[in-house]
Parts: sequence; C-alpha cells; structure tokens
Amino acid sequence: MSSFKIFDIVGSGLSAQSVRLNTVASNLANADSVSGDPNTVYRARHPVFQAVKAQVGAGTSAIDQASGASVKVKGIVQSNALPTERYDPGNPLANEDGNVYAPNVNVIEEMTDMISASRAYQDNVEVLNTSKDLMLATLKLGS
Amino acid sequence: MPFSLDTYLGIHPDALKLQSKRTEVIADNLANADTPGYKARDIDFRAAMASAGSPDAPVKMTTDNPGHIAIDPNTDASANLKYRTPLAPALDGNTVDSQQEQAAFADNTVRYQATLTFLSARFKGLMTAITGQ
Repeated sequence: MSSFKIFDIVGSGLSAQSVRLNTVASNLANADSVSGDPNTVYRARHPVFQAVKAQVGAGTSAIDQASGASVKVKGIVQSNALPTERYDPGNPLANEDGNVYAPNVNVIEEMTDMISASRAYQDNVEVLNTSKDLMLATLKLGS
Repeated sequence: MPFSLDTYLGIHPDALKLQSKRTEVIADNLANADTPGYKARDIDFRAAMASAGSPDAPVKMTTDNPGHIAIDPNTDASANLKYRTPLAPALDGNTVDSQQEQAAFADNTVRYQATLTFLSARFKGLMTAITGQ
C-alpha cells in the first residue's frame, strides 16, 4: 500500500492550480497596460495542464501503473486574440496615428477562471487533510 | 488446533488495501479536474472484493528464475479500474465531475474508517484471548 504517492499527486494538483491563479493575477493586473505597438502589448496568458503517468519500476501491479497520474503544467501559452485598438491621441504611448492597443484580457473570463481554480485548490487541500488523517488512524490500528 | 490469522481477520485486510487504492484513484481524478482530455476512473469495488475473496480467484504467477519478469500477484485488480460515465459533455474532453468525486471520496473515507474499526476490534479480541484479561 503506497499511500504516500497520494501526497505527490495532491501536491502536483495544488501547484498546478496555484500556477493557474498566478496567471489570472498577472492577466488582471495587466488588463489596462496599453502600448502603441500591437506586437509588444501584453497578451493574456493561460497554463496548459497535462496528466503525467507515474514513473514506476518493474514489478509494480498493473493497477499501480494505471492510477497515480499527477498533473503538470506543460507550458504557458499566450492568447492569440487581437488586441483592441483605441483612438487616444492624448496618451503618451500612442503611435503616430493616435492609436493605442489594449491587451485582449477578458476580465469576466479571468474571474470565473479564478473561482474554478480556487475551488479545485480547496478540493485538493481537503483530499490531503483527509488522507493524512486516515494514515494517522491506520498507524494507531490495534491500540 | 492451528490458528490462521488470515481467516480470523477475514476480508478486512483486502478491503483496506482496495480502499486505500481507491483513495489514490479518486485523488488522481480531483488533481486532474482541469486537465484537458483526462478521463475520470474509479474502482468497481464490488467486483474487486468478489475476485479477491473468492476461492476461484485467478491463478497467481510466481517467479523462480532470475530471468522471469516479476509480476505482482494483484494484477487481476487492474480489471476493476473502470472509467466513469460523464454526466455532461465538456469541450476539452475532461470527464471529471468534482462534486461526484468529492462524494465518492467522503464515502470511501467512511468505509476506510469502518474497516479500521473492525480490524482494531479483531485485534483487541485476539489480545484479550491471549492475555486473558
């Protein structure tokens, strides 16, 4: 019984969700960072998750190999949506046409992403606490 | 009269092992609740217990030569790791339903603690019989 693998799985889930929260915070903080050049303006970032099969040696049971998938952040991609163009000649960053480009951050989407990430984080914390309690109770078996 | 600890403890050690496996599988599902393309799995507990305790369980493989590939005798348990049927389709191919997984996790926790209590009672009974008090 390798219950300690649970800590690895839950730890990976917690860190993946916190990376997601980091990108949400970064997007929201930069939602108004305009620029005169559409190629250098901030673009919304999102993490990509991938399930990783556990690295097990030979001789482990097939069920041990089938379960035990932790999650890892494969990478952080930048959104390809076009930045919004605005006519604002008074802005010091405006280009020669008087346009500024605002990042393509959808604030509503970011907020719902944050709610989903925090819910998943709480689920993982609960799994961690419960597994830890169960293991401690197992150690007290018979006494 | 020979005393067998295995028959005295009954199905509870097997149930405990399976329940701890199921905790891992459900924790997997919850950790991958947002991974695109991840399919939620669960252990068919009834079928797994039936195959673990029945007298016509599959033949266990043994290795008596260093050249043999080591196979764990519990490989038959993998047949009971099944996929969940998703209630609602998701755009990214993920079939994990957090609420369902949470409920299954709570259910498994209570069963695990019940099995621990039963095992503990068995051991206490044995100790009473040995020490006589």
